[in-house]
Amino acid sequence: MSAEPGSNRTPETGAFFQRDRQWHPPAFTPGYKSSVLRSPQKALLSFDNTLSELTGPVFGHAMIGERDNDLIHNFARPGESAIGERIIVHGRVLDERGVGVPGALLEFWQANAGGRYRHKKDGYLAPLDPNFGGCGRAISGEDGSYAFRTVRPGPYPWPNGPNDWRPAHIHFSLFGHGFAQRLITQMYFEGDPLIWRCPIVGGIRDKAAVEALIAALDLQSTIPMDALAYKFDIVLRGRRSTLFENRPEGN
Amino acid sequence: MAQSLDRRKESPSQTAGPYVHIGLTPNFCGIGGIYENDLGLAMVNERTTGERIELRIRVLDGTGTPLKDALIEIWQADADGLYNSPAEMRGAADPNFQGWGRRPTDMETGLCVFETIKPGRVPFRDGRLMAPHITLWIVARGINLGLHTRLYFSDEEEANAGDPILARIEHSVRVPTLIAERQGNAYVFDVHLQGEKETVFFDS
Repeated sequence: MSAEPGSNRTPETGAFFQRDRQWHPPAFTPGYKSSVLRSPQKALLSFDNTLSELTGPVFGHAMIGERDNDLIHNFARPGESAIGERIIVHGRVLDERGVGVPGALLEFWQANAGGRYRHKKDGYLAPLDPNFGGCGRAISGEDGSYAFRTVRPGPYPWPNGPNDWRPAHIHFSLFGHGFAQRLITQMYFEGDPLIWRCPIVGGIRDKAAVEALIAALDLQSTIPMDALAYKFDIVLRGRRSTLFENRPEGN
Repeated sequence: MAQSLDRRKESPSQTAGPYVHIGLTPNFCGIGGIYENDLGLAMVNERTTGERIELRIRVLDGTGTPLKDALIEIWQADADGLYNSPAEMRGAADPNFQGWGRRPTDMETGLCVFETIKPGRVPFRDGRLMAPHITLWIVARGINLGLHTRLYFSDEEEANAGDPILARIEHSVRVPTLIAERQGNAYVFDVHLQGEKETVFFDS
């Protein structure tokens, strides 16, 4: 085995809790037109995790650069910084048992304060910010906690319906301890009226599930005269204990 | 009332969107200087053990058009069938092989190429050996929850015939959707999101 250097955690090897596919948005959500031709239509093949799903890559703290979690500065010219409302986003990576997930790699990306992505496919008329790249990453601490600094992304119009706007959002990609925990999602901001009008959000059927993606304004964690703070916890699949699972071969 | 199970729900998934490259392969889309390299780009070095192979993967939508804005990750065992992961309790995997790769599909052709090694066989839950395979995870605009499937190898007929996962596929006519075709030292694999040849996707 290859535990993360410096870690003395005992690795867990139990299978992950089954995914609640009623809670996630289904593959086919016609209000989000891109899903129509990209959604599998046949039944999925269900099976309990094998080693191929239970295991997963490990990313050490050593790969993280000093400015990887500072989007205000990691693309900016020396002495300059990105334009926009300065915010801190922080929270914990947990699993469904409520246990913190240490050593999780989080990668995040977003539009700039005007709602424009630094990408050749984005032709929105809001200007690029020469000091904003739009990506960052972090590895969660022993209790699953993470934090990064950025500017609040702007909402933007997108070609779907004749007048659809994305609410302000930050994309999150997560690795837990097993490849079956792999997850990509988006974080929204408390109070944004566009959340409940968005066809991508609208693919989620349960109101409580949408609310699980809305970060709360966290005044206690703001830095006065500097940055507002939002708290966003992310939950990955939990896993079973292996206590009763040491079955002999062929059983 | 019984006691509460005191469980949380998994965070619901949302699409990776059309700009997934910014977050996961920034150098690929021209955002340089933040990370030295895009993660998962190089899977093998000269000391990696095993047969060098190339995977040539495309993802096709319901009209048969290749996706040009998808991102694929692969996860596989080393040449001896060991995963480079803390949850691997059977032994130490090849230190020169992480087993994980990440590539965007080409923005013009939709082709996604991985340079890797052929994995060894990994035991199923009951100890039987599974056929050599590579786990695929696919995200893109229009995909609401990352798609999970496997790539098996066309020149492993005997192992494939005894594979416990392939054996679970009720309609055996769909098994070939998971088998990559050998062409020289490359394996060619088309993932069909819909239609008659829809790939078998997993819920595991």
